[in-house]
Amino acid sequence: MILVCPISDLPPGAAIRVDGEPPIAVFNADGDLYAVDDTCTHQDASLADGWLEGCLIECPLHASCFDLRTGKATGPPAKRPIRTYPVAVVDGMIQIDDTAELGAA
Amino acid sequence: MKSIAIVGASLAGLRSAQALRQHGFDGRLTVIGAERHLPYDRPPLSKDFLLGKVDEADLALAEPEDYTELAAHWRLGVLAERLDAAGGRIALSDGTEVRADGVLIATGGTPRTLPGTKSVAGIHTLRTVEDAIALRAALAEKPEHVVVVGAGFLGAEVAASARSLGLSVTVVEALNVPLAPVIGRELGAIAGALHADHGVGLICGHGVAGLLTSTEPGQRRVRTVCLGNGRELPADLVIVAIGMRPNSDWLAGSRIPVNNGVLTDAGWLTEIPTVAAVGDVARHERGPSGVRHEHWTSASEEPVIATANLLAGRHTAHCSCRGYFWSDQYGVRIQFAGSIAPSDDVRIIDGDPADRTFLAEYHRNGVTTGVLAMNMTKGFNRARRTLALEEDACPNCSSGESGGKRRPADEPTSSIPSIRA
Repeated sequence: MILVCPISDLPPGAAIRVDGEPPIAVFNADGDLYAVDDTCTHQDASLADGWLEGCLIECPLHASCFDLRTGKATGPPAKRPIRTYPVAVVDGMIQIDDTAELGAA
Repeated sequence: MKSIAIVGASLAGLRSAQALRQHGFDGRLTVIGAERHLPYDRPPLSKDFLLGKVDEADLALAEPEDYTELAAHWRLGVLAERLDAAGGRIALSDGTEVRADGVLIATGGTPRTLPGTKSVAGIHTLRTVEDAIALRAALAEKPEHVVVVGAGFLGAEVAASARSLGLSVTVVEALNVPLAPVIGRELGAIAGALHADHGVGLICGHGVAGLLTSTEPGQRRVRTVCLGNGRELPADLVIVAIGMRPNSDWLAGSRIPVNNGVLTDAGWLTEIPTVAAVGDVARHERGPSGVRHEHWTSASEEPVIATANLLAGRHTAHCSCRGYFWSDQYGVRIQFAGSIAPSDDVRIIDGDPADRTFLAEYHRNGVTTGVLAMNMTKGFNRARRTLALEEDACPNCSSGESGGKRRPADEPTSSIPSIRA
């Protein structure tokens, strides 16, 4: 379990990168929290720096798109999904479960 | 249109095929490629592929199931040699012919070389995966002196890769300031300074006047690069990165106008509306002389518009996207968007060029004409979107598509260390 930050620090539209192996990005998409691998599966770029629209995140380097709910690559050039992680708010703190099985794609 | 042939099987060719199917074209689709490979990604060739961090399989632009879905006929390893546009016939180098109602030209370009160096060993250019494999092997032989001719983005990336392998590298640039026509003198100088930051020599303002070679049994091998000012640089390995020439010679006699690229309207249709051109080879109408973008993103985006117009038989859509490109060199990520004049004013908006971490804007007559960032991806993307908002609505610009609904993931985007519960 990784403690991220208080939910109050991640308002709707915000993203945060959690350094680690691998780094994980947490997004607040209009109130819904999503945690995914931060690194684009196409080339080395941080999705937390990307462009958020609804449940889609667009890579800041080559505009690959991923569905934050499933991790699926929905727009090229990425072909492979990103891993998704269960995320919860416990006592006001955002927590990621990084021990779960590989997220569905 | 019942049949369409795409000439060129790289990024622009693949995206054209995908876009045609997305637009509902269900006729016969043929893709002709000079290389024997299915479409692959070229940008890593000067970086991770050269360093052995990714292999050929990693470069694939599409998966087997994508090809099944596309249902295209791939004619790979053959050259298109002639186009009869009115008759819809393309003659191929293997003596066969492809007939199609519509033709999409995406033949890319060929690297420029130094004159008289064709049979000289130790001289490389970089465009194809075979070029990269040959260059990787040459670098693995640990040459004592590497000379890169051309301090454009490709030259700079190759120099950075060679340097990271521990080699001694010198970059030679004919311009006084690297990249000045592309990103202006002020920021060009900062990009050029990255070489010195990493122990790579940069010699500006002198072109290559000639080469000295040694004769080994059966071959001439480069030993020295001679500059226009008389200086001589020892060189065991020379990489020539001085731009490319559009592959349009095969269109001679086709009535398709060509002038440093295939001339198209703003919707990528040629004078003959059943023929479109996209990617590195296409010069589309904008300003007095048109624009030919040699950028990955252009090759990826233009086919969406070009194929819509090709299917409609007329110019129904065009794209006003400003050029976007990036370059990774020496661990620094450079990103640029816009269409600037080298004389535009430059303002540093965030960060500090001395730290190689900054965001800059270009201005002309009170209008922002471009943005450039080093190692500032998030700020860059925000600025790039603002830039796009000033443009006409365009299906390739998310701002036009969604009415500004999209937004960058807002602050705080900081990065935090992982804390375990």
